[in-house]
Amino acid sequence: MRPTAPLILAAAVTVLTAGSLTACSSGSGSDPDTVKVAYNRSTDNKIRFKDAYLESVKKQFEKEHPGKKIKLIPIQAADNDYATKVQQMMRSPKTAPDLVYEDTFRINSDIKAGYLRPLDAYLAKWDTWSQFVDTAKAAAKAEDGKTYGVPDGTDTRGLWYNKKIFAKAGLPADWQPKNWEEVLDAARAVKKKVPGVIPLNVYTGKAPGEAAVMQGFEMLLYGTGDDPLYDPGAKKWVAGGQGFRDALGFVGTVYGEKLGPDPSDALDPNVGTHVATEWFPEGKLAISLDGSWMGQNWINEGPKAWPEWKTELGQTPMPTQNGQAPGKVSMSGGWTWAIPQKAKNADLAWEFVKTMQTPQNAAKWDVVGAQIAVREDVAKDPTYLKSMPGIDFFTGLVQYTHYRPALPVYPQVSTAIGEAMEKVTTGDGSPESAAKEYDEQLKTLVDGAVVTK
Amino acid sequence: MPIAPATALLLLFLAGPIGYCVWIAFTNTQLTGSSSSDFVGFANFRRAFADDNFRNAVQLTLAFTFLSSIVGQNTLGLALAGLMRAASRPVRTVTGALVITAWVLPEIVAAFLLYAFFRREGTLNAILDQLHLPSQNWLFTLPILAVSFANVWRGTAFSMLIYSAALAEIPQDITEAAEVDGASGPRRLWHITLPMIRRSIGTNLMLNTLSTLSVFGLIWAMTRGGPGNRSQTLPVFMYDQAFVNSLIGYGTAVALLLLLVGSLFSIVYLRLMKVEV
Repeated sequence: MRPTAPLILAAAVTVLTAGSLTACSSGSGSDPDTVKVAYNRSTDNKIRFKDAYLESVKKQFEKEHPGKKIKLIPIQAADNDYATKVQQMMRSPKTAPDLVYEDTFRINSDIKAGYLRPLDAYLAKWDTWSQFVDTAKAAAKAEDGKTYGVPDGTDTRGLWYNKKIFAKAGLPADWQPKNWEEVLDAARAVKKKVPGVIPLNVYTGKAPGEAAVMQGFEMLLYGTGDDPLYDPGAKKWVAGGQGFRDALGFVGTVYGEKLGPDPSDALDPNVGTHVATEWFPEGKLAISLDGSWMGQNWINEGPKAWPEWKTELGQTPMPTQNGQAPGKVSMSGGWTWAIPQKAKNADLAWEFVKTMQTPQNAAKWDVVGAQIAVREDVAKDPTYLKSMPGIDFFTGLVQYTHYRPALPVYPQVSTAIGEAMEKVTTGDGSPESAAKEYDEQLKTLVDGAVVTK
Repeated sequence: MPIAPATALLLLFLAGPIGYCVWIAFTNTQLTGSSSSDFVGFANFRRAFADDNFRNAVQLTLAFTFLSSIVGQNTLGLALAGLMRAASRPVRTVTGALVITAWVLPEIVAAFLLYAFFRREGTLNAILDQLHLPSQNWLFTLPILAVSFANVWRGTAFSMLIYSAALAEIPQDITEAAEVDGASGPRRLWHITLPMIRRSIGTNLMLNTLSTLSVFGLIWAMTRGGPGNRSQTLPVFMYDQAFVNSLIGYGTAVALLLLLVGSLFSIVYLRLMKVEV
């Protein structure tokens, strides 16, 4: 045996494994007159409203700035993968876009990684900034007090329910559950009286990603008490919380009593698309704990035109656990436009942000994107107020809403929550054991800086 | 030195990235959430050995490799090669074409085909329903078996080709002599055929095992390592750590451990077969 054989093999395996971790992408050369704009394109090929909107702003910008070009870089991927891709692009000046669309829940993590540049100098000279509401301004404000992103809308969350199915199940058309138990009771009534229908959808598990953690888990968790996830006073994450266990217990009940979708459907990364384009329109789903943007799926040019949704579906606030004050709970997120640290044309990118944020364009985006306005002027805009049934309901939830802890480690905490949910959903673990495991993971993530509640 | 340019290229394109990977594995580099990257010694490796999910991934990787590569692809490949030698030309052509088609399909296409086959409303359950057998959601109840089957379906062609070539090398007269001496089929296989293609078996097992150890796309597209972590083999675990949890350093350390697993397999094969490469 020649001694080189194992070496060759070792090298071969190394290449196989190393190759998968050193992804490289060819950078498109930068040109001082072109702004490269990276954004996430929906994985559903029928959803192209964001692309259409950006195209229209691009046209306007290029008309107003002769000789300057906007290059849109759509990245068609699930949210997790989109974030990973953009983070890799931002690591090198060769591939860094000039403008990037950042989810508020990741932005602090990316700021900490040094991917983004502060916008304070630009904002100081921009009158429009005063139109933004304070919570929105805070969304992209880092621990260093600087602002790194311009938000273009937010969202709230509540319960959507199908009145037709409710009538069959003997439930009221004007449904107003007062606590978790009443939500579960309604689901049980549907299960009993309307067979073949999924009673209650609560997003869960790792595959849907942040959708499961925020729409599913945190909508429950933040209804269990004050600051159940992160204690801003102590500046520490909360471990061993009763609220955490109760929220997992709720998820466990939904999937254990078969009140939810089949676990294999619930853990499908495309479950959100199924809810919007199949289960609700086809009358297969009674209740979904879901977002304010749902209507955009059913408007005429949406992925699944369904004009009846305006009358068939009702919306009601998600109640707190035992109806404790304020009685209702909502979570809010949203996206921001940010400029990477390694962007070549930051000034021109900022000009494009300003074009996107003219009052008309800002209002247009909130309408086509089914967003909740983050600007005073847009919130008063009649086209916005009339744009979508239910928009006044979801705008009304802003007063009850909570924001996720805007901290760099949050995305990793979110992943740990997704894993805990998945265990409970598949029945691989009890809420208690899944919560214990989360506590352990949390301590690792934040180097033991936790408080026990 | 005529070898100098080649060496330079190798160093630049092969040793460079490999060295960088090894270095990263000993740091706490993150994709996001921290801009610093410090040397942390063996912390990532200690973390892996204390991580239940890593242990689970190692077990699943071994199960996946054993089922789909060593048992599945290898045995099925040998059986197909043997049967095809005895078959008529049209049968041989058709079988060969079918098996090789599965192999040349891009991984992601094969993965979606098999996803469609196994999913709850999929082909397999439709067939079972026709036969009045109980159907179930295979990707959810037996995910590691489903992806193992997928890997067998996709990778058998390679073994079949290697063994076809090896069997063709066996001199006819030896086989005939054994037949005249009254050796039965199984005995001929055990005492003549297998020893004579020993080296091919070794080579094939090694290549198969190494390629199976690094299967990622097939599992990712079919189950994403789920449900829970019931089909999260090492490459999927590595991806999750590096790109979902942004822990590049930890993910790379896992990649090196995967390399170690591969080397162990290789050493075992080399020893067992005493193959002269």
